[in-house]
Amino acid sequence: MDYLLEALHVTKVFGTLKANDGVTLKVKPGEIHAFLGENGAGKSTLVKMIYGALQPTSGEFRWMGKAVTIPSPAAARKLGIGMVFQHFSLFEALTVAENIALAMPGAFDMKKLSGRIARVSRDYGLPLEPTAVVADLSVGERQRIEIVRCLLQEPKLLIMDEPTAVLTPQEADQLFITLARLASEGCAVIYISHRLEEVKRLCHNATILRHGKVVANVDPTRETAASLAKLMVGGDIHVVKSAREDQRGATRLKLDRLRLSADGPFAVELRNVSLDVKAGEVVAIAGVAGNGQSELFDAVSGERSLAQAAMLLIDGKPMGHDGVNARRNAGAAFVPEERLGHGAVPAFTLSQNVVLTRHSSDGALVKSGMVSSGGASGVSQRVIKDYDVRKGKPDPEARSLSGGNLQKFVVGRELDRRPGVLVINQPTWGVDAGASATIRQAIVDLARQGSAVLVISQDLDEIFEIADRIAVISRGQLSEAYPASDLTPEKIGLLMAGAHERKEMAHAARA
Amino acid sequence: MRLVLEKRAEASGRMAILSPVIAIALTLITGGIIFALRGLNPFSALYVFFVEPLTTSWSIEQLIVKAAPLAMIGAGLAVSYMANVWNIGAEGQLTAGAIVGSAIPVFFPEFQSPPTLALMLSLGVIGGMAWAAIPAFLKNRFGTNEILTSLMLVYVIQLALDWLVRGPWRDPKGYNFPKTIAFSDWQLLPQFQLLPPSVGPIYINLGAIFAVAAVVALAFMMGRTLKGYELRVQGIAPRAGRFAGFSREKTVWFCFLLSGGLAGLAGICEVMSTVGQLQPGISPSYGFTAIIVAFLGRLNPIGALVAAFALAISYLGGESAQVALGISDKTARVFQGVLLFYILACDSLILYRLKIIGRTPGPAEAKA
Repeated sequence: MDYLLEALHVTKVFGTLKANDGVTLKVKPGEIHAFLGENGAGKSTLVKMIYGALQPTSGEFRWMGKAVTIPSPAAARKLGIGMVFQHFSLFEALTVAENIALAMPGAFDMKKLSGRIARVSRDYGLPLEPTAVVADLSVGERQRIEIVRCLLQEPKLLIMDEPTAVLTPQEADQLFITLARLASEGCAVIYISHRLEEVKRLCHNATILRHGKVVANVDPTRETAASLAKLMVGGDIHVVKSAREDQRGATRLKLDRLRLSADGPFAVELRNVSLDVKAGEVVAIAGVAGNGQSELFDAVSGERSLAQAAMLLIDGKPMGHDGVNARRNAGAAFVPEERLGHGAVPAFTLSQNVVLTRHSSDGALVKSGMVSSGGASGVSQRVIKDYDVRKGKPDPEARSLSGGNLQKFVVGRELDRRPGVLVINQPTWGVDAGASATIRQAIVDLARQGSAVLVISQDLDEIFEIADRIAVISRGQLSEAYPASDLTPEKIGLLMAGAHERKEMAHAARA
Repeated sequence: MRLVLEKRAEASGRMAILSPVIAIALTLITGGIIFALRGLNPFSALYVFFVEPLTTSWSIEQLIVKAAPLAMIGAGLAVSYMANVWNIGAEGQLTAGAIVGSAIPVFFPEFQSPPTLALMLSLGVIGGMAWAAIPAFLKNRFGTNEILTSLMLVYVIQLALDWLVRGPWRDPKGYNFPKTIAFSDWQLLPQFQLLPPSVGPIYINLGAIFAVAAVVALAFMMGRTLKGYELRVQGIAPRAGRFAGFSREKTVWFCFLLSGGLAGLAGICEVMSTVGQLQPGISPSYGFTAIIVAFLGRLNPIGALVAAFALAISYLGGESAQVALGISDKTARVFQGVLLFYILACDSLILYRLKIIGRTPGPAEAKA
């Protein structure tokens, strides 16, 4: 038995699209094996077939040398395959042990199970308190529950889908130690990530997919991040030019001791958020997901109204009481994190989606209460051309576009207005390298033309690429904004973990 | 082997048109089976039910009389449902409109001039709107479920009607029958001749014209105006609606007042034409049947007009089946229920495609 898992000429067809085309790869026991590729390259389809959630159209899998069909995730777990998904499936109101118990087959003793959880989590450096309620835990701790849940079943192969996307740098380091230890005990790990540096650091082997095909199988330790990226994209990636000259102008967006109460049991309360964004600069807000980013976006965009008008100023004008359209009419533009269902209506065509954010600010789109479909389609065509939105039909429904292309459209729709203030949440979340570069360049260019840009992002590479100043949000509090050149990922990690909160509290106590 | 619903990349335009047709076909098949189980010849029974009502000019007149309120209410409901506002109480708003509009002939029987007609119709609309305003207010203020409140209010207003016509509003010369005085002249809707007598005289009343006008106006609103855009966005992507700066509260008010006003108009038109006075049972559940009309018409006002005729046939068919076949006229309600069931089921075919998957158990599964 040389290989734990082999895929032989596996093909998966959806309609006319070949998501996987004759994929052949081999995973040895104890190997950490990276799957690399742009969005839509076929990584998820491949792991879903390995985990039994999808069936291959043709080709076969071999498990420890024997041909197998994996009809369901339950069958995969029986073989010894565990998977930690990017989006957790946990009940927030239940405890750690209860959540794990829900996934255990057959009868069990709750006390014994708690003991096993405590032991396994300690052994692997994933400290967990079995009686803690999930709602009180950080995202990193929640991920540990998912990992421990897999480990309890003593897997031979663990699949991890972008595990570090939601972690602080320190939490990620801890995870790498755990994975290395698992590998040394003979458990194989399939590791999906967009972060090439960590793949270089952690993985023994990397399979690179492009358009559903395996284009290379390399030893990542012998490659550079640039050479891996080149293999993924099939060409050189555009480097964002930021022309960092100090040409900052007046403050265009000002948040002044902004407060916003939590609107649900698991939502975050914003406390005393203050920030100035000046003409000509890009300010980024870093932070781990779920620390108040979406609440901050709602407050700044006007989807939720503020207690006092003076908490938010656009070009010096207090606008905390104004709705999203009044703020747009004052020259601001907003791009939310979620493309489908928030930034765009999935069932509407692109030209209909132009009307969504521009019906109030763009006089040519709505004349005496009537929507001008000619005007909308003109704008839509311009955005599609300027931002290289690739699509099948002349005016397709938003939901039929790939994530990256829809993101280019949603960002382009706002940039096309030449807004004085742009607020953008997760500009390149789930977007492939080529489209990301286009979007980041457009954001930087807008700022250099005199606009104020506020970027909320969880991607530190992105933040360092485009931001002039960086602030960190943690548990609803925002740190001071530091010049990007003064910060390192480690420093940001400390701020993410709440290092500035104590200072704020001390400050409040003094006041 | 198993059946699987596979999501389509885009909504299928072909299925959007075909789905009501498939639903009607399945309803006919099911209806045939029900007739056969009762020992009737399914083909002749279906003929009596669905074709005979279309064979005489009198019955075509009746068809329009029945289709007009269904189209008027159905178009209003279609707009509301499109915006994700669930007004289930159109029957109550219809009753409220009929009551409020009837106050004029009850209190001022001598008031007879063209303004009488206009005033009664306006009061009908206001009555329907007022009754619909209650669930709208409760939803916006307290977050109550509008499906429950609007439905429950139907029974409240029906009891109020019952009390009125048995008590204070009863015709003193009416031999104690529970009804108001009979309306006359300007208290009734004028009639128009639709086709010349040579073809077969067909008369329609003003209500049918209102119905067509409402359908055209709402179709224009949904298709061309920003208001229609707003309502559609709120219905399919509420979060995007908020991002666009559309107010959910205003939409709830707008939809309830619109659909309630149209139901009230339909109610006052009924008492001013077919019934000719206020009494219990002014409507054979038009307000509830209009829910089916809205869905059969694909939540599109023009579609609701077409669907109104389909449902009107089922009313007439129920009557003729009672006469010719001796079965209960409740059969019509069974058909309506079966039809709604199939429409909702067939609608999944617009976003999903049906696939039959045959599979052979693999070794891993065989072991398990």
